[in-house]
Amino acid sequence: MITIIDYRAGNLASVQKALAHIGEQSVVTDDPHSVRKAERIVLPGVGHFAAMQRLDDLGLKSAIRDAIARGVPFLGICLGLQWLFEGSTEAPNVEGLGVFPGLCERFPSSVKSPHVGWNRLRRRHFCYLLQRVNEGAFVYYTHSYRAPLVDGAVGISTYGDTFAGAVERANVFGVQFHPEKSGDAGLQILRNFCAYNPMCQPQAVPSSEGVA
Amino acid sequence: MLTKRIIACLDVSHGRVVKGVNFVDLKDAGDPAELAYRHAASGSDEVVLLDITATHEQRGILLDAVHRAARELFVPFTVGGGVRSLENAASLFDAGADKITINSAAVTNPELITEIAERFGSQAVVIAIDAKSRSSSPTDYEVYVTGGRKPTGRDALAWAKEVESRGAGEIMLTSMDRDGTQIGFDCPITAAMAQSVSIPVIASGGAGNAGHFVEVFTEGHADAALAASIFHYGIANVGELKQTLLAANIPVRWPC
Repeated sequence: MITIIDYRAGNLASVQKALAHIGEQSVVTDDPHSVRKAERIVLPGVGHFAAMQRLDDLGLKSAIRDAIARGVPFLGICLGLQWLFEGSTEAPNVEGLGVFPGLCERFPSSVKSPHVGWNRLRRRHFCYLLQRVNEGAFVYYTHSYRAPLVDGAVGISTYGDTFAGAVERANVFGVQFHPEKSGDAGLQILRNFCAYNPMCQPQAVPSSEGVA
Repeated sequence: MLTKRIIACLDVSHGRVVKGVNFVDLKDAGDPAELAYRHAASGSDEVVLLDITATHEQRGILLDAVHRAARELFVPFTVGGGVRSLENAASLFDAGADKITINSAAVTNPELITEIAERFGSQAVVIAIDAKSRSSSPTDYEVYVTGGRKPTGRDALAWAKEVESRGAGEIMLTSMDRDGTQIGFDCPITAAMAQSVSIPVIASGGAGNAGHFVEVFTEGHADAALAASIFHYGIANVGELKQTLLAANIPVRWPC
């Protein structure tokens, strides 16, 4: 069972639908107790980095921290990846979860912002999350801020400069793109996340076909 | 590198995809869910579903079509037609839309743009601008509403900047002078708009062949291009179109 965190912004239907498609049941909640007991957590996010404050107000931030510390597999999507960093210049007074060091920043003024559309995702390191995903697969992005190339940035894309498209550290994963909207490559990444077992690595991941 | 998007548009009336010239003589082109899936499978980067006869009574039929189309669609899915309130938008998102497009309601109630953007994010709000040339100047275009029937007196470029500042995430620009003609996109107004806002501009209206897409991405500086009729009845397929674009050094998602 996947616990999808609802912090009262954005649209969770697409993520739920994609999980259902790969045979995973999910439940949407804004209850910190449910998050503390979750087996696997997805945190989708849209909008402004300052919405992290709302997670905090709902008691969800500390519940997420506790779950992560307990080893629960966690996937942050879009803004959900950015929240894994220390903060963002979008909301300088709001602290992120700090799983990864550094600040998210706006794209350089040399390119149009937001970055909207399909871009290639390249592997930077060997990693768990991107297995069975073709090198340079296209994924769908929509964002104005991007995360720095920390050690845990396992997948990268280039727009203006190179930024973290996917991050990974033990049980914590993040993707800046939308796997639920990235065709077969995105569905494979969701399958990988759902198959992650912290007690037993590496392991086989189900795959239905070659993935573009 | 960010690729240029090819967007397939399905015009829906009474729950069926229809095709006609200038909204008259509508012919049945199939089931929205089936066509949406087929477009995505053949390489469309996005699917747009527009309810062209959106009325209060049609709402239930539209939601059902959106729900069915969204179920197996794992590329971005935009829905429009008759969105007048935050509640309308919310019901479309619940049914599975990733983005909604607003046209007339944004002109009569511009606060609606901000309201939906604050609740669902700017990335979910696409403002459709129907524009018609009003002088010999290549960038003097007027905004029309109500399916292109009512002039508003607003300047298209000024309106584009305003919707951006109010929180729109993308603009879908339809040239009324070109729509349905298949003689090519309107590159001058598309370029002028793409250069005056930072958000993506989707060009629409006039696509007749692959060369028109090359033009709108080079001369027109469009971020994405939308077409309906040429993708129906197998007149053109997205794969061939994308290969033509690649040959012209335009980055596209192919193979996908």
